[in-house]
Amino acid sequence: MPSRASYRRNTPSRAFLIRVLPALIAVACLFLAWEAYCDLSGISPTTLPAPSHVFAQAWANRQGLWDNLLPTLRATLAGFALSLAAAFVLSVAVDFSHILRQALFPIFIISQTLPMVAIAPLVVLWFGFGLMPKILLVALVTFFPMLVALVEGYAATEKELEDLLGSMGASRWRRFLLARLPSSLPYFFAGLRIAITYAVVGAIFAEYAGSAKGLGIYILNAKNNFRADLVLAAVMVSSVLTLLLFGATLLLQRILAPWIIETKGARR
Amino acid sequence: MKSSLLQLDRVSFSYDGLPVLDDLSLTIGRSQFISIVGPSGAGKSTIFKLLTGAAHAERGRILFDGDMLDAGPRHFAYMPQRDALMPWRRIVDNATLGLEVQGLSRKQARRQVEPLFEEFGLAGFEQHYPAALSGGMRQRVALLRTVVQGRSILLLDEPFGALDALTRNRMQLWLEAMWLKHRWTVILVTHDVREAVMLSDRIYVLSPRPATVAKVIDVPLPRPRLRDAASRARASAIEGTILDALFSPQDDDQQRPHLQGGSTQ
Ligand SMILES: Nc1ncnc2c1ncn2[C@@H]1O[C@H](COP(=O)(O)OP(=O)(O)OP(=O)(O)O)[C@@H](O)[C@H]1O
Ligand SMILES: [Mg+2]
Repeated sequence: MPSRASYRRNTPSRAFLIRVLPALIAVACLFLAWEAYCDLSGISPTTLPAPSHVFAQAWANRQGLWDNLLPTLRATLAGFALSLAAAFVLSVAVDFSHILRQALFPIFIISQTLPMVAIAPLVVLWFGFGLMPKILLVALVTFFPMLVALVEGYAATEKELEDLLGSMGASRWRRFLLARLPSSLPYFFAGLRIAITYAVVGAIFAEYAGSAKGLGIYILNAKNNFRADLVLAAVMVSSVLTLLLFGATLLLQRILAPWIIETKGARR
Repeated sequence: MKSSLLQLDRVSFSYDGLPVLDDLSLTIGRSQFISIVGPSGAGKSTIFKLLTGAAHAERGRILFDGDMLDAGPRHFAYMPQRDALMPWRRIVDNATLGLEVQGLSRKQARRQVEPLFEEFGLAGFEQHYPAALSGGMRQRVALLRTVVQGRSILLLDEPFGALDALTRNRMQLWLEAMWLKHRWTVILVTHDVREAVMLSDRIYVLSPRPATVAKVIDVPLPRPRLRDAASRARASAIEGTILDALFSPQDDDQQRPHLQGGSTQ
């Protein structure tokens, strides 16, 4: 047991700060280099605005950015929820039925080869400028990574665990719930972290292809008005959004599967 | 054989063409402790697979209490070769796994398991995750999970194989004491000849794959064993016999060794 003193030294918020500090410093250095380059090279702010300028403009246009952030967030979350539900249901089906797996997997893989540039305008054409096409596109780009993560996670179940449950008389369904599903959680969360970043990009791309509101259309309009500073401001907002969602997946893992953290480094 | 509880009668098994067990016979009586020793890959774990229903004998019979073993009631509590603890379950929930599968509620199962933590040297660790435990403790959790199932026969597959020598020794002494107290019926698979002699009433030495019984050795030593010089000397004589049986086939690997004491074709 750690002593009281070492507890005080390692409060969660303090430990968190120590963990993210290197990243914060690295990002700050990047911004400083960018700022220095803009100052020293004398490059025109309409081509490459300095970060200080971008921040100032982002602040000045915060209402517009906020109003466009919300639809993007909504599309991201709704699309991601749809994709998770579909990936889970199909992963279970495929885990129980070999034939289903052979029938469906080629289709899933083909769905990943569809170029977004071609698909996004089509989906907008079919489903209009509303929320629906964004949800579908986000689901399309995130479904496959989630499905693969789950299926591989099930397959990673220790053989001994299944033998053990079999010796206890557990049914196939019981074995799935007791062994295969929990075994997949580390894979699931790894997939979640990757897919959530795809999801934001997917939503912005879908908006870019045609939309009334959203960061994607905000970027398109800013570009058409030669406002590189606002394009970059929107990009920063979307990056922050992605980081926050990424952080949320880590938090979710901590809450739902605390043992993954606890066993880190101690896995056989 | 007086009141044999389980009998394997000339059992054969192969994995898609690879013969693993060949005419293997063994018998265990109630409250007996028997060990199976044999070379790696001989088919020791496979015997447990036949008993737990993960595989089915191609020839021969398996009789439990005189009746053919079928898919019906379960008589065996199985401890796999690795501890197979679930990293996502706390120690107490790992221990209750078998009871939950049997249909007990989590609460009932816990009530049944909790009194045993002290005896298994796990008191205070109920709420830990397996990753926080030492190898010896994990093994005791796995053993606890096995015995609480209340089955007729315990199948232990190299329970201490992964432990360091010192811990293994302590675990063997502990298991001996536990067995003297509870008198479980146990089939132990082990590589450790000394362990087999220390714990068993009878030892089956298997030939290399395809495994058959090369030698059966009864161990009439009084328990607890290996506490005094005289019993250690007798034990090491028996160990010598086992090692001879294990190493006597000097023929090359392809050839099936036919050893004295094995079943005849
Ligand atoms: N699922 C399987 N499919 C095909 N062959 C297998 C399978 N499991 C085991 N075998 C083969 O059967 C033989 C016996 O395996 P088994 O696990 O019973 O050996 P063992 O005596 O327990 O060995 P060890 O002491 O190393 O654990 C081995 O040669 C192995 O290659
Ligand atoms: Mg084995």
